[in-house]
Amino acid sequence: MSTFDCRVAFAEELINLAREDERIVAVCNDSVGSSNLVGFATEFPDRMINVGIAEQDMVGVGAGLALSGYIPFVCAAAPFLTGRALEQIKADVAYSQAPVVLCGMSPGMAYGELGPTHHSIEDLSWLRAIAGLGIVVPADPAETRAAVRWAAASATPVFLRIGRFKVPAVTGDAPFTFGTAGRLREGTDVTVVAAGTMVSRALEAAEEAAAEGVSVRVLNMSTIAPLDEPAIRQAISETRAIVTAEEATTTGGLGAAVAAVVVTERNPVPMRMLGVPREFAPTGNTAFLLSHFGLTAADIRTAAVHLARADA
Amino acid sequence: MLAADPRTAAAWRRFRQEITDAGPERRREMLRQRANQSRTADLHMIGRAGLGHVGGDMSVLDILTTLFFAVLRVDPEKPDWPDRDRFVLSKGHTAGALYATLAAAGFFPEEELDSFIAPMSPLNGHPNRVKVPGVETNTGPLGHGLPVSVGMAVAGRLAASARHVYVVLGDGELQEGSNWEAAMTAGHRRLANLTAVVDRNRLQQGARTEDTNGLDPLDAKWRAFGWDVHEVDGHDHLALLEALTAPRTERPTCIIANTIKGRGVSFMENLVEWHHKVPSAEQISAATAELAR
Repeated sequence: MSTFDCRVAFAEELINLAREDERIVAVCNDSVGSSNLVGFATEFPDRMINVGIAEQDMVGVGAGLALSGYIPFVCAAAPFLTGRALEQIKADVAYSQAPVVLCGMSPGMAYGELGPTHHSIEDLSWLRAIAGLGIVVPADPAETRAAVRWAAASATPVFLRIGRFKVPAVTGDAPFTFGTAGRLREGTDVTVVAAGTMVSRALEAAEEAAAEGVSVRVLNMSTIAPLDEPAIRQAISETRAIVTAEEATTTGGLGAAVAAVVVTERNPVPMRMLGVPREFAPTGNTAFLLSHFGLTAADIRTAAVHLARADA
Repeated sequence: MLAADPRTAAAWRRFRQEITDAGPERRREMLRQRANQSRTADLHMIGRAGLGHVGGDMSVLDILTTLFFAVLRVDPEKPDWPDRDRFVLSKGHTAGALYATLAAAGFFPEEELDSFIAPMSPLNGHPNRVKVPGVETNTGPLGHGLPVSVGMAVAGRLAASARHVYVVLGDGELQEGSNWEAAMTAGHRRLANLTAVVDRNRLQQGARTEDTNGLDPLDAKWRAFGWDVHEVDGHDHLALLEALTAPRTERPTCIIANTIKGRGVSFMENLVEWHHKVPSAEQISAATAELAR
């Protein structure tokens, strides 16, 4: 199966948008290359604002542009965009209601061997706590394009988590709708709620579980905030267990968000969260780390089958 | 969102015309009186509320008054006019001084000052652009105003607009590194449409700036970052006016305004303790008498 780097789709769609709307500008922190903005910088040099290695300044500049009628896409490696400029994201963007599109590039453990300083696994937990900030984690190139286009038109503060790890096309006939989970596979026993790089693994796991007689529903939870609570509640009433899968820490990420819905149900279902525990990763590339932390398709299948049988 | 007060806005318009027509001494006296009226309003507001940053409010009010009553191209009745000049109060804890100034210019009714920090009031302890017309971005945490202002200046240039961006910074807040990231960007991009005014009162919340994490030589720092620098007496309205309207080169401008924390109220001047101490009723009436001179 062919796989794609979502950053390519991101860059192409941003250029398409910029051709249509001169309010589109890009702001970055010396990341023209790693944010895949070379084409944008070449075609729109005046609208490419590279502030250098200065993330607090970068987000503040983005806010100033947004408050002046522009549509800034503020691009940087996800760990530094969110970690170094967290207060700017809170005060200048979300609290000021500045319609900035914050683009966290290469999130999760995409920078595997570079180590935990460069892993962005805390970003979802940090940002989920900030009022008024939409959080979108596209699962494939088509969804990335749709999310970029939606974010530009939304006139609200948004965080887009743009993956570097190559993924297959998975969303197909389920186009991106902000705030709505895409149901990519029907199932009656267990629901797997996944985001980003984990969605294709969840689909693979569902296929394997079916061979073992377990019917798995797969939800692509590409909007982390606001969370599609109706889709979760429907899963609770129509399937007998929930597994969440994310390339982020379970301490406050997607799993925690879903769990917070599950516990409010009168008849909750058993649940298992797959993600990175509250520990720093050992040395290793992305594939190794995903395997180390139990985030392979086989791990998802095992969790789903176990929950289905334990309950049977 | 609060709405403009047309009568006060009309008075503000007349005042601005008079200032333009007046000779220097008359102009100085008009701005002095106007600033002291705002100081009095601010003190009463803080007294009623039981909270506020009185020392920094008194320090910055001559700068705010000069900007809003003689410099800024804004319209209180059209606060969203796209080509208006932008004003950012980076030292957001002196929101009281900004509210008193905005109310005096007619951006919202002066009676609203009575609600300062009351439950559900639009007048929060730090300025909120969504609730208060004339506030361009939310501030409060320090070191945020300059980067946002740089973004506004870049936007002004992209839009080929004549708008100018003014930002008032506290000197203590210059200890936040984000300011120097933004100062580099503004210098590098030669943002001539950006003016930063440093309210250099040399006191921060806990002690003197120079005893905490010293800033001197402050003028040399800004120059090294590619800015033109003017140093003025921040309570001399004519000197401020001259610096704020000086012919611009191709570089951003920094005005270091030497000020006195608690200015205008003799028992508050230059004392660290008045950073956010609340004056008693007796102290407010004594201060009001001093400011009426």
